[in-house]
Amino acid sequence: MSERNVDAYGYSERPLSEVTLDTVRRGEVSIDDVRIHPNTLRHQASVAAAHGNPNLSENLLRAAELTSIPDEEVMGIYEALRPYRSTASNLFELADSLDSRGAPLVAELVREASRTYQRRGLAKPE
Amino acid sequence: MTIGRIRFMDEQRVNLDGFAVPDVDLGLVAFASPHDPIPSLVISEGQVTELDSRPASEFDAIDSFIAAHGIDLDVAIEAMALDNLVAARMFIDPNVSRSEIVRLVAGMTPAKLAEIITLLRPAELVIAMTKMRARRTPSNQAHVTNRSDDPLLLSADAATAAAFGFREIETTVPVLGDAPSNAIAVSIGAAVGSAGVLVQCSVEEALELWMGLRGLVSYAETVSLYGTEQIFVDGDDSPWSKAFLTSAYASRGIKMRVTSGGGAEALMGGAEKRSMFYLEARCVSLARAIGAQGVQNGGIDSASVASSVPGGVRSLMAENLMVMARNLEACTGNDALMSESDVRRTSRTHPIFIAGSDYICSGFGSIQRYDNMFGPSQWNSEDIDDFLAMQRDWGVDGGLRSTDMNALESLRERAVSAVRDVYRYLGLGDFSDEWAAQAIDAAGSKDIPAADLMTPLNAARIVRDSGITMLDVVTALADCGYEVEAGRMLTMLQQRVHGDYLHTAAIFDEQWNVLSLVTDPNDYAGPGTGYVPTPARQAEIDGIRQERSVADLRAEQQQHSSHRLRSTGAATLSTDPRDVVIGVSPAVGREVWQTLSGLLVVDVLEELLAGLEEEGCIGRIVRVNDTIDLGRLGLTAAQLSGSGISIGLQAKGTALIHRRDLTPLANLELYSVAPTVTRELYRLLGTNAGRHAKGSTPEPARNPYSDEAIEARYHTKVISLVAIERSCSNVYVPETLELV
Repeated sequence: MSERNVDAYGYSERPLSEVTLDTVRRGEVSIDDVRIHPNTLRHQASVAAAHGNPNLSENLLRAAELTSIPDEEVMGIYEALRPYRSTASNLFELADSLDSRGAPLVAELVREASRTYQRRGLAKPE
Repeated sequence: MTIGRIRFMDEQRVNLDGFAVPDVDLGLVAFASPHDPIPSLVISEGQVTELDSRPASEFDAIDSFIAAHGIDLDVAIEAMALDNLVAARMFIDPNVSRSEIVRLVAGMTPAKLAEIITLLRPAELVIAMTKMRARRTPSNQAHVTNRSDDPLLLSADAATAAAFGFREIETTVPVLGDAPSNAIAVSIGAAVGSAGVLVQCSVEEALELWMGLRGLVSYAETVSLYGTEQIFVDGDDSPWSKAFLTSAYASRGIKMRVTSGGGAEALMGGAEKRSMFYLEARCVSLARAIGAQGVQNGGIDSASVASSVPGGVRSLMAENLMVMARNLEACTGNDALMSESDVRRTSRTHPIFIAGSDYICSGFGSIQRYDNMFGPSQWNSEDIDDFLAMQRDWGVDGGLRSTDMNALESLRERAVSAVRDVYRYLGLGDFSDEWAAQAIDAAGSKDIPAADLMTPLNAARIVRDSGITMLDVVTALADCGYEVEAGRMLTMLQQRVHGDYLHTAAIFDEQWNVLSLVTDPNDYAGPGTGYVPTPARQAEIDGIRQERSVADLRAEQQQHSSHRLRSTGAATLSTDPRDVVIGVSPAVGREVWQTLSGLLVVDVLEELLAGLEEEGCIGRIVRVNDTIDLGRLGLTAAQLSGSGISIGLQAKGTALIHRRDLTPLANLELYSVAPTVTRELYRLLGTNAGRHAKGSTPEPARNPYSDEAIEARYHTKVISLVAIERSCSNVYVPETLELV
């Protein structure tokens, strides 16, 4: 492991240095200890931007917002964004709820989808 | 009835391939359909209001997403104004940096980039790819699957793939429910084979994401993009659902790339009369726009559609270049088999192979063709040695390495026993000793009759029901004594926390260093720059297991040494008209005991002597010490011979009949292709030498015919044998040898 990573910590904010074979074997490590933290994603977003890919950077910033959304819900939002699954207003509601949960970038993506789905006939009829 | 020449041509395997007459209406055209739009970009108040000749009011979902996210408006005016030829030349101009091209391409519409790259000829594509790929160090990806989702075989084959150097392994299932079992088995096998090998299990999007969230896979790839709205929606997704999915993977620290490929839309009947290349330009533009770090393209499942039309194979490579130009990781196809012809499939891959890419194959079928649940690959397990030889031939790093065959057996044993122990520990299933033994040895699943198809399904069900994560697998490995593998799999989980492998073109080397656009950027700028294998890596490329040295050959010859030939002193001149001398070369009876045909030298001598005896002649063996040249050797022997006739025999088996009044290079009969000379032919040579001695008519001997690459097979041996002959030659006079 290279030195740059010594201060890393997981989504649980537990230092990665505490995630060892011993602690795993003792059952003291949860999947959240080996999940990425939003701060790390924001840092990586800045690295991507500095390497000629603002889109990857935006993606990582959206990802940072999604870290706090539980797995099942993440999969639910994906499902909602598939064609004909949601009415335009369903999507606007989803966007509002994302906004209120500290996910404004994802919310904006959902609003954009809603507008385009409406125009292109990809939304479920109201 | 056609003539034989044509019937013969018709029988060749290339004629099993389908070749299509270009048909614009069906999208069966590689480049430049007349219906491809003219590149354009209109920006008004910071918004794109026209994209490739289409006004915003008519944007489909793909246009909308690209217009909103996919074009760097700060450089768009400059980029769109560039002359296409000027831009195309930048790709091969060593004085224009990769980053400058990346900067400009970010401002280009799909149609603009497609028109520019269409201008590049094949050799220019090679240079452009060498320069434009994101990662400096090339790499390769393997498929590891089998017909029965056999966890033991998956593990053994994953370890094998890792041993051969693949840095990513992609598995999938014939039975969807088996997926979690496959993901675990392949991950364990990969960890046995090497540290840092990424693993994905390609299944339906939601299940794939579910496995990712539980740590059961370390990257994802099968997030498909399409170039028309209709086909996109037929695929049950939109650019927004894919963008969200891309962020979802990143939110859990999981690497992912998207998949597209020319010909997909034509195959699904929705190409809207556009060229394959233009539609792919839209996919690649969209991939960048949604924020994916990379793209698997180059036809992929529709590679054979693209390669059925003129220029199609070139378009596959050009697709990859578009990905690189958009500053994304390129996983460059060479995946689904696009031809029945070995020549065509090699031709399709070769330019990418020599240029180098982030992953030469987005799925080298490291297993049997019949076990490949993606369908046969462009390259399969039977081609691994070919691929290694090609790397060596060109001094090129195609991502593979030779492996010690004994070590491989141990790896497979360990991979099988690790999965067995982990499955038992976690209550996922039991495997018989017979099954395990067959899996270690198997070339493919057909070699494992002991396998039980229900085991993986049960295992997968338990994983899903009980919520097992990769942490449980790590625990199981460690508790069962596989500390190294447990450590490797834990380190892979920890990588999700760091997020360094979310960057473009990231792989891990065996020391867990991330190699990516960020840490290992491609710096090619003409000869003498860019990626050069380290001396250690070059040694891996060069040192294939089949190579032999003179010392190896000497040792091999020594295994056949015998005491049946011994020197009885200096040879004398005979006056007996029945005397025929068999002149043998300096290494005979010393270092070389076996001819190139596999016959022992003493057996050859016996045949020659017997043939002479049949004609009433007396053969006498004389070793000529001062020359290794067959003509001179024969002539020396003829000059000692009572009859004036001799047989010359080199240790490698090349033989002739000579007469003392001829010049060295003239001779009576010559068997020049030693590897094909049989016992019967040596007997005939003896007989004919006897007939020459008596003045009677010899029987014409035909040199045996072979259509094999005899020279490829034996020339290296010949060079070694000649070296040994030379080391045995000396200034001493000819000596008589006795055969006992």
